[in-house]
Amino acid sequence: MASQTVTVTVNGEPRTADVEPRLLLVHLLRDVLGLTGTHIGCDTSNCGACTVLVDGVSAKSCTMFAVQADGCSITTIEGMAAGGTLHPLQQAFWDQHGLQCGFCTPGMIMQAAWLLEQNGDPTEAQIREGISGNLCRCTGYVNIVKAIQQAAGELRAADAAPATAGAAAS
Amino acid sequence: MGHAQAPTTSPEVGGMGHSLKRKEDPRFIRGQGEYIDDVVLPGMLWLDIVRSPYAHAKIKSIDSSEALKVPGVAAVVTGADLEKAGLHWMPTLMSDTQMVLPTDRVVYQSQEVAAVVATSRYAAADGVAAVYVDYEPLPVVVDPFKATEPGATLVRPDKGTDTNHIWHWESGDQEGTDAALAASDVKVAQDIYIPRIHVASIETCGCVADWDPVTEHLTVHMTTQAPHAIRTVFSLVTKIPEHKIRIKTHDIGGGFGGKVPVYPGYVLACVASITTGKPVKWIEDRSENLQADSFARDYHIHAELGATKDGKLTALKVKTLADHGSADAAANPSKFPAGLFNVITGSYDLPKAFVEVDGVYTNKPPGGVAYRCSFRVTEAVHAIERMADVMAHELGQDPAAFRLNNFIRPEQFPYKSATGWEYDSGDYHTALRRAMELIGYDDLRKEQTEKRARGELMGIGISSFTEIVGAGPSHTFDILGIKMFDSCEIRVHPTGSAIVRLGVQTQGQGHMTTFAQIVAEELGIPASQITVEEGDTDTAPYGLGTYASRSTPTAGAATAMASRKIREKARLLAAHLLEASPDDLEWTNGRWSVKGSPDRFKTIQDIAFAAYTNHPLGMEAGLEAVDYYDPPNLTFPFGSYIAVVDIDKGTGEVKVRRFVAVDDCGNIINPMIVDGQIHGGLTMGLAPALYEEIRYDEQGNNLSGTFMDYLLPTAVETPAWETDKTVTPSPHHPLGAKGVGESATVGAPPAIANAVVDALWHLGVRHVDIPMTPPRIWAILQEKGVTA
Repeated sequence: MASQTVTVTVNGEPRTADVEPRLLLVHLLRDVLGLTGTHIGCDTSNCGACTVLVDGVSAKSCTMFAVQADGCSITTIEGMAAGGTLHPLQQAFWDQHGLQCGFCTPGMIMQAAWLLEQNGDPTEAQIREGISGNLCRCTGYVNIVKAIQQAAGELRAADAAPATAGAAAS
Repeated sequence: MGHAQAPTTSPEVGGMGHSLKRKEDPRFIRGQGEYIDDVVLPGMLWLDIVRSPYAHAKIKSIDSSEALKVPGVAAVVTGADLEKAGLHWMPTLMSDTQMVLPTDRVVYQSQEVAAVVATSRYAAADGVAAVYVDYEPLPVVVDPFKATEPGATLVRPDKGTDTNHIWHWESGDQEGTDAALAASDVKVAQDIYIPRIHVASIETCGCVADWDPVTEHLTVHMTTQAPHAIRTVFSLVTKIPEHKIRIKTHDIGGGFGGKVPVYPGYVLACVASITTGKPVKWIEDRSENLQADSFARDYHIHAELGATKDGKLTALKVKTLADHGSADAAANPSKFPAGLFNVITGSYDLPKAFVEVDGVYTNKPPGGVAYRCSFRVTEAVHAIERMADVMAHELGQDPAAFRLNNFIRPEQFPYKSATGWEYDSGDYHTALRRAMELIGYDDLRKEQTEKRARGELMGIGISSFTEIVGAGPSHTFDILGIKMFDSCEIRVHPTGSAIVRLGVQTQGQGHMTTFAQIVAEELGIPASQITVEEGDTDTAPYGLGTYASRSTPTAGAATAMASRKIREKARLLAAHLLEASPDDLEWTNGRWSVKGSPDRFKTIQDIAFAAYTNHPLGMEAGLEAVDYYDPPNLTFPFGSYIAVVDIDKGTGEVKVRRFVAVDDCGNIINPMIVDGQIHGGLTMGLAPALYEEIRYDEQGNNLSGTFMDYLLPTAVETPAWETDKTVTPSPHHPLGAKGVGESATVGAPPAIANAVVDALWHLGVRHVDIPMTPPRIWAILQEKGVTA
């Protein structure tokens, strides 16, 4: 099968690969680029273990061809701890026992990141709705919801902090 | 009974009772877990499987010539190839056999027919599509009742018998039970079907088999809950010496019982690696996982329950047909073909009971494994908890009052059940009363009365379950002859930190954390300074693995006992260092001190250093111990759950409005992890109650073979679980712990089923089989003339 060249920016780094047009994005990430934090849990786009951000938008990477991501910027779980500091969602999942086997966790965190990008102060019902495309078999979701609430609070506080400082200075 | 005990160690040490954050999580939250599909070896090939579209067919021919022309395809393996090595059949864990690859016929849909090995996953899949198999369809039997009729299609002619009947098993006193039932004032009977379901861990099964042709060592990186048992079975089947087989698990993305059996894919990868001399990876698709891996449940139960007119239970009689599909591939202890199903008298003081189970073959995938439960305990609990409600309603008694009137009383423990089990400890009244208080039971009954008057459908359901876990004592429990002890090895390093190796295998339960906490509790070494290792048969002590909530009851006990052996050696070292008699020393908070002179002491760290630098003449150096723990009895966790449901009269949808779970798992190692286990278990109880069923049509086609058709609860369907605990320690476990991973999965379904029937009882509904899907409930509402 004739290959095609795909160039993507993954976690801020430009990457180029020659791939079969049928190669799924998740296989580009895992098998070609070696980023195995993104997982595969089904073959019908139901489980969400493969969730990544494509140009900032949540996408199930088993449902996209790699060639469809040509020119796009992709964020995976490996790109979440900027400079080695855990993202508030990563920290909150750890603090709140929001994971057990850990297999759904990367996709769940990426989906939660997208959810909080859309709505910084979601209700519990909105969180549950927002992660309903991601299946977890271990946690019963209780502590995942708590973790997302914790991270939402921290992200709001971080957003508010510079404004408060500015107001105090004036 | 009491409430959660206060920790006796400091937070820095982190012994029992501390909600220590998990040591395994920093890797997982960064995407640095190493699951089976993350394992990549140099020169590795991929294996994919050709599967049968028919549930029963003769294989007339297999033509792999086109597949071998596909670019990248290295080999096609068929049953004929395996037959030459005697590997076309393999034993199941129940001493039955199942095909690795068929030589003449397939007996269930999606059965493995051939394997294609190629240089990439995509090439292997291309190869699978190019293998041509000529089938001649045969008559199919999917209904286990029809399977037992004379002249039924034979699923397993290889057995050399003329029946699909596999085994008969019974327990209890038949004559006494019949007499007690006949003499009972009130009798109720009910058919209860507990359908076939699938654990569907989010990670599917897979392996990388790596044969070294020079050293003739076989390393299998695989998703297994029982690495040592698998190594022994592999050795017995392949004749490769056991010391040349290494099973390595890496991280496992959920197990729940589904990763106990050996599936053909594992064997095929090993054969392919030996044949090609290269590492071979096999990873299931989700559809393969749902269609071909071992299933759970599939019990057709008929139960009869008797009581006096004032509501005291007298006798229980249960007859069950167990559909095992095409092979008995459960993973029960050898002497228990129906598992521990005879714990079916549950939480009740039932004077007489008789249980019988018959296993049969049908043209469905093999199985009978657990779905997050201890050997058929969920089936038992569902039956008795449903029957308790049927009886209570029949008597016109409140189901809570009825239970409180029939529970085994605290002073009756240890309690010998009518089917022979000795329950270790329990306080069922307190757990139920606590659940009633938390949910506001009396107010809910008032609300229900008001709503019923308005025509609204609301139900309250109770389940007061007793589990039986921690298999098990070696006098009774073995799998393929291997006794069901478990093990722990601890080595304390000179500078006071330690490594702990175990015979069990975590799949998300948090063993890296909780087993470190046990050692911290027993030795005073901070949990943060203890490495826990599992899942490498070259280094871990032999054990039977993790399933049936056995890790804490067996390996947890072994960890405590190994710690105590170390503590005793530490006493001798401390006596040497303190120039005191060992008898004059006492142990508190991680140190040996001289009785009456608390200032004269040596910490475990001081002692560890001395064990390597300053041990007395005549004493062996080092500070380590191993323990193989043979539990004296099983443990009996219990709890009371109350569900409140509302039923939509227009759609038949059941909504779980509230759910209170009061669990008692004895003493608790890590309260945060215990709560997490209960949350997850409850969700895997909700799932079969309302959503999940693997269904087949009459031709044996799987109608639930993908996540499009098999609904795992999402965060939307799952209620916000409310949990609480009572604490009744196990008297025979060294830590007083009982195990908790499966309680909620066992206890939750009948609470929800009882709530649904409770909402519909006044309409004349006595029972609803699970899953109580909207179509099923809607049909009942239609039949009863209920409209929105």
